[in-house]
Amino acid sequence: MLKNTYEWLDKRLDITPMWRDIADHEVPEHVNPAHHFSAFIYCFGGLTFFIVVIQILSGMFLALYYVPDIQNAWKSVDYLQNEIAFGQIVRGMHHWGASVSIVMLFLHTLRVFFTGSYKHPREFNWVIGMSIFFVMLGLGFTGYLLPWDNKAYFATKVGIQIAASVPVIGSAIATFLQGGEIVGAQTLARFFALHVFFLPAILLLLLGVHFVLIRRQGISGPL
Amino acid sequence: MSEHKQTKSGMSRRKFLTYTIASTAGFLGSGMLFPMVRFAIDPLLQKGTDTKFVDVGSVSDFGNKPKIVEFRIQRNDGWYKEKGGEKATAWVMKNGSEILALSPICKHLGCTVKWEGGGNTDVFYCPCHGGMYTKDGVNVPGTPPPKPLDVYATKIEGGRLFLGAVKERG
Repeated sequence: MLKNTYEWLDKRLDITPMWRDIADHEVPEHVNPAHHFSAFIYCFGGLTFFIVVIQILSGMFLALYYVPDIQNAWKSVDYLQNEIAFGQIVRGMHHWGASVSIVMLFLHTLRVFFTGSYKHPREFNWVIGMSIFFVMLGLGFTGYLLPWDNKAYFATKVGIQIAASVPVIGSAIATFLQGGEIVGAQTLARFFALHVFFLPAILLLLLGVHFVLIRRQGISGPL
Repeated sequence: MSEHKQTKSGMSRRKFLTYTIASTAGFLGSGMLFPMVRFAIDPLLQKGTDTKFVDVGSVSDFGNKPKIVEFRIQRNDGWYKEKGGEKATAWVMKNGSEILALSPICKHLGCTVKWEGGGNTDVFYCPCHGGMYTKDGVNVPGTPPPKPLDVYATKIEGGRLFLGAVKERG
């Protein structure tokens, strides 16, 4: 049944070559934990991606209830967490996933650094990876404000003050982030838009390039 | 040799591994998706708020002609609760000695009907698609509404009229 469906689709859409491009590729022995257990360090990139998928999914579901408005943001978070079934779990996934994704990303970066995988011809993918790192930090920073509690408010105030300390353009950055004279209604609306539209779009684009480059250049050789 | 084993056990090693990996992935995936899906469909499984009876005035205020009364009901809209309660409207009249309190929500597509609205005499009129109802709320044949207007549960205590939950008429 499943096989027939697949064949029916494949005849019309020619899926098999696409599937091959995505999944069917060489995994060298030195990155396969079944051969050398220490090769698990090569898993951190994939784990980061896995956590990012969880973040995107749980974020989409949280957005069913969340409202980015200073009157209602905290109340809607309180409601979705305490009144809706599995609210604590779904919010917990997004909350903990945010930290775990940064940790995984950092471990992945360390692995790439210490195995020298960033060297020629992969310099450009290191730069893409660094951009992903900063976009992820941006996602963490903008997401932190959204519950609109005391911690969120003061963390954002501090973050914006730090941004304001940049020479020459500091105050322009602060005003851009704040969207007004204070951390308030406009900041929340802006951070929400950045958090759910702008930054995820940039992130997916960069991830796409990151993966295409890995496929083009192959996995780096053993030490 | 593997050929030989296959005929013996009925399942190749490759197939066994494929099934094992697929079911492990399915288990992990559903463990991830179940909370999120349950979270999303929660409104389907939640019970509505109970409607309490609200005082809308003295019984002697109402005559044979439908009269509009506005009152407030307490209902939670998620995390939002309107101050003083949500606005509600009823068309109230005496039908002989009985009180009839009609909901103004058109049974066609939910617009608001008005007594003798749009210059139509002796009917409730809905401006959206020209639906009409007679004075006792029965839909006029040939106009869009498929059913009579809903009625509020009524209660009279000490000469005061109380309105409760909205009920559909058969």
